[in-house]
Amino acid sequence: MSGDFPVALILILGAALVPFLPGLLRKAWMLALPLIAFAYLLAIPHGLHGQVELLGQTLTLMRVDKLSFLFGTIFLIAALLSVIYALHVDDSTQHVAGLVYAGSALGAVFAGDLMTLFLYWELTAVSSVLLVWARRGAHSAATGMRYVIVQLLSGMFLLAGALLHWRATGSLEFGHIGLSDSAGLLILIGFGIKSAFPLLHNWLMDAYPEATPTGTVFLSAFTTKLGIYALARGFAGTEELVWIGTLMAAFPIFYAVIENDLRRVLAYSMNNQLGFMVVGIGIGTELAINGAVAHAFADIIFKGLLFMSMGAVLLRTGTIKGSELGGLYKSMPWTTGFCIVGAASISAFPLFSGFVTKSMIMSAAAMEGLTFNWLVLLFASAGVFHHAGIKIPYFAFFGHDSGIRCAEAPKNMLTAMGIAAALCIGIGVFPDALYRLLPYATDYQPYTASHVVAQTQLLFFSALAFAVLMRTGIYPPELKSVNLDSDWLYRKAAYGFVATFRDALASTRAGLTGLLEVRRLAIAVFLLRHRRPEGMLMRSWPTGSMALWVMTMLLANLAFYYLG
Amino acid sequence: MTPPADSKKYWLDDPHNVTKLYKGLWIACGLLIAIDLFLHRHEDFEFATVFGFHGAYGFFACVALVLAAKQLRKLLMRDEDYYDRDSHER
Repeated sequence: MSGDFPVALILILGAALVPFLPGLLRKAWMLALPLIAFAYLLAIPHGLHGQVELLGQTLTLMRVDKLSFLFGTIFLIAALLSVIYALHVDDSTQHVAGLVYAGSALGAVFAGDLMTLFLYWELTAVSSVLLVWARRGAHSAATGMRYVIVQLLSGMFLLAGALLHWRATGSLEFGHIGLSDSAGLLILIGFGIKSAFPLLHNWLMDAYPEATPTGTVFLSAFTTKLGIYALARGFAGTEELVWIGTLMAAFPIFYAVIENDLRRVLAYSMNNQLGFMVVGIGIGTELAINGAVAHAFADIIFKGLLFMSMGAVLLRTGTIKGSELGGLYKSMPWTTGFCIVGAASISAFPLFSGFVTKSMIMSAAAMEGLTFNWLVLLFASAGVFHHAGIKIPYFAFFGHDSGIRCAEAPKNMLTAMGIAAALCIGIGVFPDALYRLLPYATDYQPYTASHVVAQTQLLFFSALAFAVLMRTGIYPPELKSVNLDSDWLYRKAAYGFVATFRDALASTRAGLTGLLEVRRLAIAVFLLRHRRPEGMLMRSWPTGSMALWVMTMLLANLAFYYLG
Repeated sequence: MTPPADSKKYWLDDPHNVTKLYKGLWIACGLLIAIDLFLHRHEDFEFATVFGFHGAYGFFACVALVLAAKQLRKLLMRDEDYYDRDSHER
C-alpha cells in the first residue's frame, strides 16, 4: 500500500464529518477514525512517503521510521482512549477539536521536514485551545488566550529557527539539529516551550486544569509528548538537556505537594515526568533514548488514566479541590481502583508500566557516571510517588470523608479507564512488547532482584514518610489557595507594569484635557464673536445689497477694461 | 461538613483499622529492609549498596520535600482569587 496519503488527514478530515452525523453513527465514526488510521499505519512500509516539491524544497509529509511509528502508535491509542472517555459529551465542538488536535499531533510526528512540522505544530495549538475554551466562561477564556499565545510563540521560534537552519544548511529536512548555531537554539526554545522546560513551563499548569474534564485528557497526551518526540529527533545527546531535565524533574514536585487543585497537581507531576524524558534525550546513548521514548509511551497512558480519574471526580462532584474532596471511594469504587493503578504506574511500582520504562533512564544516567543527576532523579522518583502516587488518591478518594455521595463515573469513562489500566499493567508485566517497538534493539532487563527490592524499598519508605507526617499532623493541609509560579511574571508583574503605565497615560491625558479645557474656552469666545447668529459673518443680508455689490463689481470691471 | 447520605459503615471508617494499616506499613518496611541482610544488591553506584540505602533515601527525601514545600507556602501561597481580583486581568 502506498503511504503517500498523510495519516493525519484521516483524523482531521474525518473530524469534519462529526457535527453532521446523528447520535449513534457519530459515536461509531469517532471510534472508527483512530482504528482506521492505525490500520493504515500498519499497512504502509517504513520509509519516506508523500514527498512534494515546493519552492525548490522537498517536503516530506510521511516519514515512517521506528521513532515516528512508536509515537504514531501511542498517539492513536491516546486518541482512541480519549474518544471513548468523551463519548458521553454532547458538544460536537469538543469532539472536532479533540480529533483535529490528535490528528495534527500525528501529522507533526510523521513530518519529515521542518515546514510540515511547523504547520502541524501550529494546528495543535489552535485546535487544542478550543478544549480549554469549551469550558465556557470568563476564566477559561482568559486562560485559553494565555495558553494559545504561548503555544503560537513556540511555533514562531520554530519557524525562525527553521528558516535560519534552511539558510545555513540549504535543507529543511528534520533530522538531528544540535545546538551548534543560533538556528539550533531557536528551534530548541520552540521545542522547549512544548516540552515545558523550566521557566517556559507554566502554560501547562495554567491551562490543563482549566479545560473540560474530557478536554484535559486529550491535552495531557499530545502537546508535551510532541515536544519530547521533537527533542529526541533533533537534540539527542545535547548535554545541556541533562541539566534542564534534572531541574525539571525536581522543582515541580515541591509545588505538587502544596497545590490544592488535584488536576494541577497532576500537571506538576507531568512536568516532573517530562524531566526524566529530557534527561534521557540529553544523555543520548541508545539505552537513554530508548528509555526516554518508552517512558513517553507509558506516561501518555498512565498520566491519561490519572487525568481521567480526576475528570470523573470533577464531573460527578463539580469540584477538584483537595480541600473539598475525600472519602469518594465509597461512591466511586471503580474510579478509585483505576486511579490507584495509574498512581502505581507513575510511581514505578514493579509490575506497573513506569517501572520498566523509567529504570532505563536511571540506568543510562548511572552508566554515564552522572552521580549527582542520578541522586536528584532518585529524589524525584520518591517525590512523584509521594504527590501523584499517594496524595492524589488519598485526598480524592480516602482521607477525611467530605460527606459527598455521588454516582460512579459514566460507563464510557470507566471503559476508557479500564483499558488504560490494563495497558499500564500489561506493559509492566510484558515489557518486551514495548521494547520491540523502541528505536534501538535492546535486551534490557528491568526485573532483577536487586532492582525490584531497591525500588520497593524506596517506595514503601516514601509511603511511610507520608503516613508518619500525616499521623503527626506535620503534613501541610490542603488549603484553598493559589501558588505563585512563573506565570506571576506576566499575570501580575508585567500586568502591574502595564497597568502602571496605563494609569500614568490616563493621568497625563486628564492633565492635558484640563489644560485644553481652559484654552478651548478662549478659542470659543473668539470664534463666537464673529460667528454667533448676529455676528458679522453669520448675519443674513438683504438681497438688494447683494445686487448692488454685483453691479458695483461689474462697473469696476468695465472701468478697468477701458483703462487697460 | 454535611452528614453522609448513607449510614453504611466501611472498614476504613473505624480509626482502629486505620491504625492497623499504619502499623502494617511499618512492619512491611521492616521486612523490606531485612532483605538487605540476605541479598547483596547489584547497584551501579557503590554507595547504593549500603544497608538500607534506598529505604533511608526514600524516607528522608520525602520528609525533606514536605518540610521544604511547607516553607515554600509562606513565600508562594496567595488567596484563591489572587489573579481574579483585578477584573481587567487577561
